[in-house]
Amino acid sequence: MSRIILPLIGLALLAIVPLIVTDYGLGLLIGAATYVTLASAWALFSGQTHYISLATVAFYGTGAYTVAVLNETLGYGAVLLCAALIGGTIALVVGLATLRLRGVYFVIFSFGLAELVRQLITWYEVNVTGTLGRYIFLDITTRQIYWQMLGLAAITIALTAWIHRSRLGMALRVIGDDETVAAHSGINLARVKLLAFVLSAVILTLAGAITSPRYVYVEPSIVFNPTISFLTVIMALLGGANRLWGPTLGAVPLFLIFEWLSSNFPDSYPILLGLLFIGVVFLVPNGLIASTERLLGKAKGARG
Amino acid sequence: MSFLEIDRAVKQFGGLRAVSDVSFTLEKGEVVGLLGPNGSGKTTLINLVSGALPATSGDIRLDGLRLTGLSRDRIARAGVARTFQLVRTLPSLSLVENVMITAVFGRHAHWGAAARRVALGALEMVGLSDRAGVAAADLTYIDQKRLELARALAAEPEILLLDEWLAGLNPTELAEGVALIRTLHQGGLTILMVEHIIDAVRALCPRVVVMNSGELIADAPTDIALADPMVVSAYLGGEVDA
Repeated sequence: MSRIILPLIGLALLAIVPLIVTDYGLGLLIGAATYVTLASAWALFSGQTHYISLATVAFYGTGAYTVAVLNETLGYGAVLLCAALIGGTIALVVGLATLRLRGVYFVIFSFGLAELVRQLITWYEVNVTGTLGRYIFLDITTRQIYWQMLGLAAITIALTAWIHRSRLGMALRVIGDDETVAAHSGINLARVKLLAFVLSAVILTLAGAITSPRYVYVEPSIVFNPTISFLTVIMALLGGANRLWGPTLGAVPLFLIFEWLSSNFPDSYPILLGLLFIGVVFLVPNGLIASTERLLGKAKGARG
Repeated sequence: MSFLEIDRAVKQFGGLRAVSDVSFTLEKGEVVGLLGPNGSGKTTLINLVSGALPATSGDIRLDGLRLTGLSRDRIARAGVARTFQLVRTLPSLSLVENVMITAVFGRHAHWGAAARRVALGALEMVGLSDRAGVAAADLTYIDQKRLELARALAAEPEILLLDEWLAGLNPTELAEGVALIRTLHQGGLTILMVEHIIDAVRALCPRVVVMNSGELIADAPTDIALADPMVVSAYLGGEVDA
């Protein structure tokens, strides 16, 4: 039972925190909740299948842009629904075409996808609408954004927990180990991968949509910033992408470190970021959770 | 109508005809050896039956159901289970999980306790049940082979395709392996086995089909086929003086 009750207590506590923190603190909370959502949603597909996707920002940016385009014509709920539908549709089409690519080819493709979406929107805005930037004026408080993002993070983690115990989760793990065995065991590769990819993409898109009012001014180079994709991957890998709480455990400390670095060392920030990436891959290749377990196991073995 | 019907199966790789107009049938409960020198197309034929490769032409039917053109997972759910010439285990899963997947995603779609029971039964059959919780990455070669067979059995298949499952075993392990396959045969399972170890073939298969350069050159009771000059020449090379 504690597996359910403890997270619920934590969620309740996190929900009342904005009533006592400063605006700066609330901004940090939103950032952390956003990256927990992004990293967990990314891991929902990539963590088990080992398909390393750099397309996170393609969906995140699509979500933000959907809000920017529709926020004056539709109600907020309808805008979110549209964002989810658009993100899901892109993932479906892209997934059908590309989920047979493997390894480095998929990585490169996913990176290209984010750039493609960004360039397409830029082209459209410049040539058709004649404006590059858009403003988002929504009657939403910062606290409401936080609560929405916290809710999305909670849903993502709960969904991941459920998938881990389901046939879908088992199929994803088998695919991650050996696709040939998976297919000959009766797993429909295309359907399983597509389902997980679309679920993950819908959440990523919603995260972009929910956080978009924070930007106020939106243009493709802002919301389609590839650094978001890289940060998401490294956060999930740091904690352990195939564990339920791994992405959360990676996202929170790394987000805080990045915030601190970017405000204190704005010039050398990208260099420090690169060093951190290398450090994570070299020092904790299997994630913090697995490394800790191994250390504890060794200690236990030494005692016993 | 036979249980497994392979009717003029062809597989063309560019200019190479790896399987050329091969036809034979298996009856339910039969154990048949698929022989032939290296490169004769045996594994390719197994791949055509299991759907790993699409056939260029021809028909393969299991119990009347046309397998040609179906995807690998559909063929698996139709009751075809296989092992691989190069062993494929899932290193990050435990033994019982490795085996359970075919029970879960196979035609019976077991889940939870039922899937576990089928998996443990299959592990028991190959003699791995005492290590069900171990990670597959920690197994020796023979145990990986056992594990692969257990995974195929947990599918509760209609037909089992073994691709040199006995290769690489030492004499003791070989005797155990032969006994295991015999047990499966006695349980009524239909088995098509690619095999190079002639003693094992003689011990297990009343009938063999022999391929050479993609063509079927013999389909006969084992003793007769192995004495056939065509077969002897295919294995030893060169002309045989009749």
